[in-house]
Amino acid sequence: MVSVKSVPSPGIAEERSHEADNPTSLLARFGADQPLKLDCGVDLSPFQIAYQTYGTLNAERSNAILICHALTADQHVANVHPVTGKPGWWENMVGRGLPLDVDRYFIICANVIGGCMGSTGPASTNPATGKPWGLDFPVVTIPDMVRAQAMLLDRLGIDTLFCVVGGSMGGMQVLQWTVAYPERVFSALPTACSTRHSAQNIAFHELGRQAVMADPNWHQGRYAEQATLPHRGLAVARMAAHITYLSDAALHRKFGRRMQDRDLPTFSFDADFQVESYLRYQGSSFVERFDANSYLYLTRAMDYFDIAADHDGVLARAFRGIKTRFCVVSFTSDWLFPTAESRALVHALNASSARVSFAEIETDKGHDAFLLDVPEYFDISRGFLQSAGKARGLGG
Amino acid sequence: MAIGQQTLPLPGLAQQGAEKQRADHLLVAGMVTPGSRVLDVGCGDGDLLQLLENRGIDGRGIELSREGVNRCVAKGLAVVQGDADTDLVNYPDDAFDYVILSQTLQATRQPKAVLENLLRIGRRAIVSFPNFGFWKMRLQLLVGGHMPRTENLPATWYDTPNIHFCTIKDFVQLCDEINVKMERAVALDLYGRPVPLTLPWWVWNMFGEQGVFLLTRG
Repeated sequence: MVSVKSVPSPGIAEERSHEADNPTSLLARFGADQPLKLDCGVDLSPFQIAYQTYGTLNAERSNAILICHALTADQHVANVHPVTGKPGWWENMVGRGLPLDVDRYFIICANVIGGCMGSTGPASTNPATGKPWGLDFPVVTIPDMVRAQAMLLDRLGIDTLFCVVGGSMGGMQVLQWTVAYPERVFSALPTACSTRHSAQNIAFHELGRQAVMADPNWHQGRYAEQATLPHRGLAVARMAAHITYLSDAALHRKFGRRMQDRDLPTFSFDADFQVESYLRYQGSSFVERFDANSYLYLTRAMDYFDIAADHDGVLARAFRGIKTRFCVVSFTSDWLFPTAESRALVHALNASSARVSFAEIETDKGHDAFLLDVPEYFDISRGFLQSAGKARGLGG
Repeated sequence: MAIGQQTLPLPGLAQQGAEKQRADHLLVAGMVTPGSRVLDVGCGDGDLLQLLENRGIDGRGIELSREGVNRCVAKGLAVVQGDADTDLVNYPDDAFDYVILSQTLQATRQPKAVLENLLRIGRRAIVSFPNFGFWKMRLQLLVGGHMPRTENLPATWYDTPNIHFCTIKDFVQLCDEINVKMERAVALDLYGRPVPLTLPWWVWNMFGEQGVFLLTRG
């Protein structure tokens, strides 16, 4: 059992569970007449989507960009997070004069279905019982997330998206958008992702889920009713996952073998090394803002993702005749979604004669590079969007 | 190891302002019908692609160097990182109206296979390459007794990426061998001016510093 420094304060946990039902966000409620048809066969109803918008939709409704968030992110892209009080997760990309320019585009980001920041998920109240769904919540998939987003766009009166953007699990949603609704996506910018989750990635996710479920405080997913949290299990899951988001070189550059507030080893299992201390902090701070069951569901959704499998095993078939303009980006040190995965996607797009750009960016920052300060990524995103904007007739 | 490893500087064609285009690029672009779909194999920094896009042509590119690709993509060009020798097989038949191979053929491992692929993917191919039969080359080998080096091909024999040099005559023979038809052939002299069409082949092969060919399937 790993000792986690800070046990989440009940205040923040309470705040978060409040966010699950009554988010500090815009909210679209879908009643019994509009169920969400899930891949598992369940019609989810009623359900709700929490979302944020930035910028203004133009009169032609042609400048909307949908951002799809990654596994543990949410809709709070470029505003202060209501639970953590921290800045939005993509404030270096979204804003005035930035590649996703709020003066130019209308930007939407919705919490995924199965998430815990206001869109219906396992932390939401099950209307049938008045208690959190927990494991009674149906298993959702990446296509389910995208289907829900499409319903939100219908509600907002947006027929075609100028661009769909996202990294990691967000990139999977971007690809799913182009496959499920090609005519609604003018351009797509999937980053650090793949058309299917690899065996290694499923293995890491399974490790995380087992850590959560091994925590006695998990209570078969009914921890909320026991007024507790599987914080140790979820923290371990996060620590393991966080290693996969970085790289050997980045860890070495940031921490090396440096000691944490000491000069000599303590000959104990205390966090002697800075890297240990960092991981423990990552684990414990994550527990405060994220729901453990939601983590199980969203990792599962990624595991099931496999575009080719839905098209007779031939990836190129999924993109046949597609008009969407693509810009695929990968990072050299990303070993979670290595460049080879992006290259396979690009080959399939080429085989479909799609208009595709593909850039591999050299960085030691690992998978998380898409969230960090990587100027080349900003330049490429900006250039791609400007050129697509010209083709779309969006003014200068 | 094939595409765009070396952009060949062309004398007399240096950029003299933003609008100044390389003569061979203008010649190639002039061979392309407006509104068509073009793949530029070994597109470098995307100057030719940009020129084509400005003329309303739907252009795509493949480039070997990561830096070249990323500069192209940041300009908004549809360019992917790839290798002419290995990646052309991923493109379906007849995917493009034209496939361009500009100053790259001599750097491919299998020029014949590459040429065949160009004309499988595209209905037409436009190929330009430095002519090793150019008189200056011959003179260096004949008189100097060493592998030729010119302003356009400054690399020494041991570090050049150009592994399959040919003359205009050699290229014409290869086209015959794989049943490729030449729709247009132009030789440019050292200053980027076309060698007069009225002159016989051997003159082209002697005074053409590079050859530019518009090809179709035979």
